[in-house]
Amino acid sequence: MTELLPEIGTVFLCLALITAILSGLVPQWGALRGDARLMRFADSGAIVQGIMIAGAFGVLTHAFVVSDFSVETVANNSHTLKPMLYKISGVWGNHEGSLVLWVMILTLFGAAVALFGQSLPLSLRARVLSVQSLVAVGFLSFTIFTSNPFARLDPAPIEGLGLNPLLQDPGLAFHPPFLYLGYVGFSIAFSFAIGALLEGKVDAAWARWVKPWTLAAWIFLTIGIALGSWWAYYELGWGGFWFWDPVENASLLPWLMGTALLHSVIVVERRDSLKRWTILLAIGTFSLSLLGTFLVRSGVLTSVHAFATDPERGVFILGFLVAVVGGSLTLYALRAGKLDPVGLFAPISREGALLINNWFLVSAAGTVLLGTLYPLFLDALTGEKITVGPPFFNATVLPIMVPLALAMAVGPWLRWRSDQLTGMGGRLGLIFGIAALAVFATVILTTDAPWWGLAGVGLGVWLIAGTGLDWLRRTGLLRGGFAKLPRSVHGMTLAHIGFGLVILGVVGNTGWTQEEQGLMKVGDKVTLGQYEFALEGVAVVPGPNYRAQQGTLMVSKLDSGGDAVWTAPFRPEMRHYRDPVQTTTEAAIKTSVLRDLFAVVGEGNHQQGFAVRVYVKPLVPWIWTGAGLMALGGLLSLSRSFARRPRQVTTKEATV
Amino acid sequence: MTRKQQRTWFLVGGVGVLALATVLILGALGDSLVYFYSPTELTEKAIDPGAQIRVGGLVEEGSVEKGEGLDVSFVVTDLNESVTVNYNGLLPDLFREGQGVVAEGSFLTDGQFHATKVLAKHDEKYMPKEVADALKEQGKWKADETLIDDSVKKYGIDDSGTNKGYGE
Repeated sequence: MTELLPEIGTVFLCLALITAILSGLVPQWGALRGDARLMRFADSGAIVQGIMIAGAFGVLTHAFVVSDFSVETVANNSHTLKPMLYKISGVWGNHEGSLVLWVMILTLFGAAVALFGQSLPLSLRARVLSVQSLVAVGFLSFTIFTSNPFARLDPAPIEGLGLNPLLQDPGLAFHPPFLYLGYVGFSIAFSFAIGALLEGKVDAAWARWVKPWTLAAWIFLTIGIALGSWWAYYELGWGGFWFWDPVENASLLPWLMGTALLHSVIVVERRDSLKRWTILLAIGTFSLSLLGTFLVRSGVLTSVHAFATDPERGVFILGFLVAVVGGSLTLYALRAGKLDPVGLFAPISREGALLINNWFLVSAAGTVLLGTLYPLFLDALTGEKITVGPPFFNATVLPIMVPLALAMAVGPWLRWRSDQLTGMGGRLGLIFGIAALAVFATVILTTDAPWWGLAGVGLGVWLIAGTGLDWLRRTGLLRGGFAKLPRSVHGMTLAHIGFGLVILGVVGNTGWTQEEQGLMKVGDKVTLGQYEFALEGVAVVPGPNYRAQQGTLMVSKLDSGGDAVWTAPFRPEMRHYRDPVQTTTEAAIKTSVLRDLFAVVGEGNHQQGFAVRVYVKPLVPWIWTGAGLMALGGLLSLSRSFARRPRQVTTKEATV
Repeated sequence: MTRKQQRTWFLVGGVGVLALATVLILGALGDSLVYFYSPTELTEKAIDPGAQIRVGGLVEEGSVEKGEGLDVSFVVTDLNESVTVNYNGLLPDLFREGQGVVAEGSFLTDGQFHATKVLAKHDEKYMPKEVADALKEQGKWKADETLIDDSVKKYGIDDSGTNKGYGE
């Protein structure tokens, strides 16, 4: 029985495809004719799809766990000697399996709308689920016809090819699922946008549905991006956390647009305004998620992430992308005119601030998009090969972020509809003073401060101070009270402070990193600022499926007299894997509140010395702390959205 | 605030931000693009000394020479022409002889290529896209054979008819 499991997996996929086609068409037809029975088909269709794909995913996971190398995907990406965690993460650590994960998340989200969305108007729910099913049709046919994860090998090889050792890491094992939960989560916002265009109605109730889904997707995407950048930081051995690599940009694009959507949907909910814009953002965000999938999955860009190099697949996804974007924009052009803006507002108002935030976020997304696609277009049109790297993005995206962060500190102070900045002179002066003080302290406490670094410190502190002051004012803590605020206010405060910390972390790392590299023999010492790194020894240590060259560096913090305040051993490794043959670097990192100490011992021998790199990186831990706070803030707001939903049900129960 | 006023400031603000982004993009496109050349293209085109470029190909077997401290030089070839790259620093984990590599840097006035960055972002199956394209142009792309060689080494299987390397 178990030897037939992969075939059952294929059957699951095919049944899901048929169900998806039916639930893409039948409820839509029902909504057109006003036939409730046909519309209700959407619910059962969505649930059946979720169960089928979860089943297929389970079958594939089983094949990885038991190392069934008669399945081609398993043979290409797994190995009997791999630790269990990486056998499981190997399920999505490859092209075919990651598609199954993608579709599983897509259909499970659809099933969740069917199960928990009973309070939605039937016709809207039917239309939303039918759009969700049509997206599933695209991805399922892609999976089945170009990348079947259950394709067999006969005869089966005795051993698998193994998973890229760079991907064998706890940080990266969970990076793709989070990223996908984010990407695919935006599909719900998209389906709701299309559903609303078809219905011709966008109101506060609609926004109350879209907001938690968008927020959830945004939280997952934030965590996914942070995990990826953290992984790059400690695993690639160069101490960098963001390379403006096209694959990274592919995940940043939906994040930027999704952040804009998250803010504009608030305006729809609270003020019944910016409806057309919000619909456009929902379409844009999911389109960028699809584009990200296309860029990574089609092999257009080749890097560690790009597993597929098959042009057939690229053409398929490109066609699908064009159909989704073209179709939804056409529908938008035809129907958006019906959605009249209702709530008017002045430029200086909460809505105004949110709209300004949207403009800058969308401009940043447009800039990243252009920089990412430009080399592809140029190559396709002229054959010239160019690289658009960090200098381009630093010179464009960072300046766009400056006014955004400046406005972020003040926006939440403003009242809805219309407000005056004149009464806020005192508060503005206060946070400006705090920021100036921080810049002044930085000048005194550090050496060689670059001007842009100081500006960045000022900006980060301005944002944190402005956000913190607003929170103190609203809670009334300064006057000794503690007002009960909606959880979303605390969530927003946390998330905005988190963004301020990210700014400070990036600025601290870019402006003040100290670095030393050279050949060191055992007994050699190198001093970097207040820290001394002494190479004590280099030994070979066995691991579960690799051998490591482990260096031991004794790191000491020196006081002004040159005596050690503390000493700690650092054990960076260079791991040599056999299946497949590859070397990875495991940096040794000591994290404290204000800085990371980072050391790598690379290739070499005892006669000539080993290649050693050491860094002192101020404020770097704040990048991931900040990202964590942003996710936590999102979660706090989300808990309110979910806590509020059952109330609609309880009122019904109360009347019974 | 009337609807007309609102539309006006939407338009002015939106166009303003868009204009700012455009100015930044045009400014940055002018001086932060790095062109990629294969060794063959380098011999055909005259590159100004000091211009930041990328050159990519395979690291020629046996060409890596370590010098004083972290000085290292190696030959990048597209199996037609080749260019010697000088570099001071640590090479990435994935750098290996016979594998794809991209070096970013510039020619000094004496005609030597000096790299400021060496990238070898691939595993044994994949190589930088530019490198693969450059090799294809030279008609030297042998992806299938490389893969078969690998699996033959690994499994001792020799009856492979597919490009995956372990037979139908």
